[in-house]
Amino acid sequence: MSQANIDSTGASRGSFKSYATGFILSIVLTVIPFGLVMSGAFSGPAVLIGILGAAIVQILVHLHYFLHLDTSSAMRWNVLALLFALLIMTLFVGGTLWIMSHLQYRMML
Amino acid sequence: MTPDASTIDAVHSGAFEHSDSVANQAFGFWIYLMTDLVLFASIFATFAVLAHNFAGGPTGKDLFDLRYLFAETMLLLFSSAAYGMGMLAMHKGRKHWVLTWLVVTFLLGFGFIGMEINEFYHMILDGNGPQRSAFLSAFFTLVGTHGTHVTFGLIWMAVMLVQIGSKGLNTPVQSRLMRLGMFWHFLDVVWIGVFTIVYLMGVI
Repeated sequence: MSQANIDSTGASRGSFKSYATGFILSIVLTVIPFGLVMSGAFSGPAVLIGILGAAIVQILVHLHYFLHLDTSSAMRWNVLALLFALLIMTLFVGGTLWIMSHLQYRMML
Repeated sequence: MTPDASTIDAVHSGAFEHSDSVANQAFGFWIYLMTDLVLFASIFATFAVLAHNFAGGPTGKDLFDLRYLFAETMLLLFSSAAYGMGMLAMHKGRKHWVLTWLVVTFLLGFGFIGMEINEFYHMILDGNGPQRSAFLSAFFTLVGTHGTHVTFGLIWMAVMLVQIGSKGLNTPVQSRLMRLGMFWHFLDVVWIGVFTIVYLMGVI
């Protein structure tokens, strides 16, 4: 009886297939950025775009396959809370970088 | 304490809709994780500002060994997957498999934190501690905060191993295991940001 209740919360659903898919995708998405940087085959912006892209995709893979976030009604509030946190994070990180780079420029450092 | 206590009461009396309480606990914990995310964002912002202030000291290129870091990353990823297997065993009610996977998760997580402490130890021994430059202050703050979280996750996991042994897989224990799983996967998500922004971007 307790199992059905735990399952109905939505935060814990997952099958062997979804964990395995997430796991394999994560390994690939970790090997790609390490390979890009360690091989030294590419340089400059291409590497930067590559590793940032792989990181963003891997974060989405983790959120979906390990934390089971999706667009279902059970997860709606979790997704909403995450989006709000992302807004705050954007303000924090973006605002900090903007202000500090401006300060550096004005102080002619 | 209070929500857990009410869950235990609910299980004993059987009169309370404890599915709601498990769902609320999971959502409440999710809100906590989101506040933790904001904490990490502020430390990431600090790191991004100070990342190039080396004060004549060593840079990421001099300090970071990517092969070592790759092993560390894999340990954390494998531990996350092992925890997932533990959750699947929990849903099937297989207590021994839950214990096995939790021990595997614990050992992999312990390996991760051991490698990180070893890295810190050698950096400090070489005179590259947090006091060396603004870059290193920010580095130790960010990576250290993540490491502290992982350490608390390990302590929580050890407590859960004892609880599964003594209480079995009852509803409060399952609810706690679910939240520990959220915490553990969340730390792996944060680590993706750390290895990308601190280590990989520090080397290129």
